[in-house]
Amino acid sequence: MGGISWDWNYTLQILPDLIRALLEVTVVVTILSFVVALVLGLVLAIVMRTPNVVVQQVLRWVMEFIRSTPPLVQLFFVYYVMPHLGLTLGTITAGVVTLGIHYSTYCAEVYRAGIEDVPRGQWEACRALSLSTRRTWLGVILPQAIPKVIPAQGNNLISLLKDVPLLAAIATPELLQTAFEAGNKTLSYLEPLTMAGVLFLAVSIPASILIRRLERRFGH
Amino acid sequence: MDTDTNGAGGTIIHFDKVVKRFGDNVVLRELDLSVRPGEHVTLIGPSGSGKTTILRLLMTLERVNGGVIWVDGEPLSHMRRGDRLVTADERHLREARKKIGMVFQQFNLFPNMNALRNVIEAPVTVLGKPRDEAERRGRELLDMVGLADKVDAHPTQLSGGQQQRVAIARALAMEPKVLLLDEVTSALDPELVAGVLGVLREIARTTDITLLCVTHEMGFARDVSHRVMMFDQGQIVEQGEPEKIFTEPDHDRTKAFLKAVLEER
Repeated sequence: MGGISWDWNYTLQILPDLIRALLEVTVVVTILSFVVALVLGLVLAIVMRTPNVVVQQVLRWVMEFIRSTPPLVQLFFVYYVMPHLGLTLGTITAGVVTLGIHYSTYCAEVYRAGIEDVPRGQWEACRALSLSTRRTWLGVILPQAIPKVIPAQGNNLISLLKDVPLLAAIATPELLQTAFEAGNKTLSYLEPLTMAGVLFLAVSIPASILIRRLERRFGH
Repeated sequence: MDTDTNGAGGTIIHFDKVVKRFGDNVVLRELDLSVRPGEHVTLIGPSGSGKTTILRLLMTLERVNGGVIWVDGEPLSHMRRGDRLVTADERHLREARKKIGMVFQQFNLFPNMNALRNVIEAPVTVLGKPRDEAERRGRELLDMVGLADKVDAHPTQLSGGQQQRVAIARALAMEPKVLLLDEVTSALDPELVAGVLGVLREIARTTDITLLCVTHEMGFARDVSHRVMMFDQGQIVEQGEPEKIFTEPDHDRTKAFLKAVLEER
């Protein structure tokens, strides 16, 4: 450990593996989890509007529980406990399921705000025209609520991306895990871990810029 | 409750001892009210007197706390089960309210649809009309309200008066027997009021639709109504032909109300 110095050759040597891990695992897990979170979150937000108080309370409690426990605990539960309950998942599937469900509660919260933002008069007009519940949601309420929440959901996407390294804990070959293994081989962690951080930035900064642009387009 | 008390003979709307409360606040107490088919009735009275609540109950945006509302000889607030009436469920309401249309103070057009889509949405998805037929009728209606050139315009591109005229066309597209007008010009700039009232006058003159309106436009009420009802504290204070109510009301409260309204102008 004669001080700390940067080795460019080593960096270039590991970079292809890191980029592959980023694109083939981290980004894929992020996108799949986000799709799960967006769809499940929308279902949660809509079901939360039920007049049935029992359903509403149970759902609120479940969502609070999911939000208030660390995603790492949930990941270990899905990966190590579910097999004993008869459901064995691969590391990537376990990651997508865990992050998808965890983030669905945040996405639901964002949808809820967007739905509540739709004026009451819109619901009343739907009622006055006898529109079905389905048409009311799909034709009137969601087309108004969803554009407004696109930027906020984008922020959830970036948070999700930054939580994907949790999957290193179950040895998923995502970016952090790949960088860590490269370091293990050479016992030089500076370059791989730095590059892992840089690669995360390379994805999250453009994403933030894109979201800010969407904000200007859809924001109120 | 007994189904024989519908009192439907010759009435399109019948309130039978209707009670409506919001918390401790009793808005309507055992209100009886009947409207004949094709009749144009204007409800006047101070705010909080229950006028708008009557329209909202008819549109089933609110539910009654007591009594029964009948529309066209059928129970609206209730449904028949054997020979008894029970509180209506959502399915009954969705069917029963098709006879009724409403135009709102705040227009409530769907901002994600253009004018024509606003008008044909319900005929296509609720009544199951073929799209081309619904569009033809929709264009006719938009033409009737003077917006033939605005079929593709979105609500944000229209003035308040134009939006309200689209809303009128949208309500009429469902071919309701009863049209409820809830302070339809109150949110409009003064110069846009006449256009909307002109359209409504035309509808009153040329169709046999039953009109129930809440308005502060006394000139319009006078021209269009067959009957004016003065409300105060959820009760009908007095009612009669507009000439009578506006020129020689019997009741002091009516006199005071009309004086206050006219001074406001």
